[in-house]
Amino acid sequence: MYSEKVMDHFSNPRNVGEIENADGIGEVGNAHCGDIMKIYLKVENDIIEDVKFKTFGCGAAVATSSMATELVKGKSIDEALEVTNKAVVEALDGLPPAKLHCSVLAEEAIKAAIEDYKKNQKNK
Amino acid sequence: MDKRRVYMDHAATTYTNKEVLAEMLPFFTDYFGNPSSVHQFGREVKKSVDVAREQVANALGALPEEIYFTAGGSEADNWAIKGIANSYKNKGNHIITTKIEHHAVLHTCEQLEKEGFEVTYLPVDEFGMVSLADVSTAITDKTILISIKYANNEIGTIQPISEIGKIAKGKGIYFHTYAVQAVCNLNINVHEQNIDLLSLSAHKFYGPKGIGALYIRKGIKISNLIHGGAQERRRRAGTENVPGIIGLGKAISIATMNMESHNDKLIKMRNKLINTILEKIPYTRLNGHPIKRLPGNTSFCFEFIEGESLLLSLDMKGIAGSSGSACTSGSLEPSHVLLAIGLTHEIAHGSLRLSLGEINNEEDIDYVLEVLPEIVDRLRSMSPLYEKVKGGKQ
Repeated sequence: MYSEKVMDHFSNPRNVGEIENADGIGEVGNAHCGDIMKIYLKVENDIIEDVKFKTFGCGAAVATSSMATELVKGKSIDEALEVTNKAVVEALDGLPPAKLHCSVLAEEAIKAAIEDYKKNQKNK
Repeated sequence: MDKRRVYMDHAATTYTNKEVLAEMLPFFTDYFGNPSSVHQFGREVKKSVDVAREQVANALGALPEEIYFTAGGSEADNWAIKGIANSYKNKGNHIITTKIEHHAVLHTCEQLEKEGFEVTYLPVDEFGMVSLADVSTAITDKTILISIKYANNEIGTIQPISEIGKIAKGKGIYFHTYAVQAVCNLNINVHEQNIDLLSLSAHKFYGPKGIGALYIRKGIKISNLIHGGAQERRRRAGTENVPGIIGLGKAISIATMNMESHNDKLIKMRNKLINTILEKIPYTRLNGHPIKRLPGNTSFCFEFIEGESLLLSLDMKGIAGSSGSACTSGSLEPSHVLLAIGLTHEIAHGSLRLSLGEINNEEDIDYVLEVLPEIVDRLRSMSPLYEKVKGGKQ
């Protein structure tokens, strides 16, 4: 049902954890539906220096979170905003149709974290 | 990677017992006649089909002429409910069932609602038990059928079937029970328990898939579901699945004979699994009744994690289980059974069922007890929900 890439990112997820004093934190989804993704960003000179995630959800939710963090790490904020759920799905060699919403959630989580970062910048 | 394979999903299906298979095989090649045929090829097969019918009847305390073979449990449920509804619609249009039935019962009832029937879906308590008072209260002068599952496939809870049978009989209402998980696990006597219709399926007790039966008490008028030829005393058309019928008969007689030792073994393993998991893994609850439960059923909810992740992780270690989380149910909702016993969506998503069977042994239990806590720990360490609890924010 899942590609080898999905299983790889599920069993050895990249960038799991939290960042202390993160510059931006985004949390999307809810426990009612069974998926929550939380993304932490460390940004320096407009570049995402570090990114971590924590996810409550199915195999696809974990794998898309992991892949999304890989795709935005080292990118500028503008570049990271261009990472779409489609790009996450392609990088994972596809997802079953019923699991596509997980990739949407991953994109939203990254965007939410960037929003939070931007808001924090304004308040500085 | 560990090559160990542990199958703990017997409530989904069992393997076919080799002795059962051996009994079936000649009916593909040597005894292939159509039991309806007049010639000896047909007659010899007909005799064997009759023996299988007797074997099923004996296991239920029924008469052979009360047993009708079907393509499985779902067909039997559809037939029982639609058949009674259709035959007795002039007497009334009300059916009583519960919120924790199998979809074969629930969706059939929902279909009947569209056709003008009224259905009461009884609630259950936190252990998944139906209240007898609720059953009695729900009965109206329009009630024609009560359909309540004998034992729940997800959480293992066994209903007070004899008592419900008594209530139904007292009111002259037909009583159907979906008993796929109960047959060969519990002592059943349809006549003593006042059961009017009972559905069963062979692949839950080491028989083949695609064969089941409906017991219909003698004298009950019930319209047909499958129309066609005159098989099954004109009640269920279609050339008999003879190898399946032979397999069902053999499987039910072996399983009934071995029931006591089988159950003793399963209950011992089940209790060890339940007690150790509850002791070793914090934020865990047992679903279903602690005592009135199927010998092989364990069902848990692990807070802060999701069931599919759990199943995938167990599968990587060779352990096969199942879950009632939304991701595994193929819908956006977690299992209706887990919601009916009062669990929140959040908790229900973290469910795991390990259902034991004949092939499991103590080593399997020890292996699960070694692997499962590590998996739950790993998934919790990734969960933003667990982080909140650890941080004392919840």
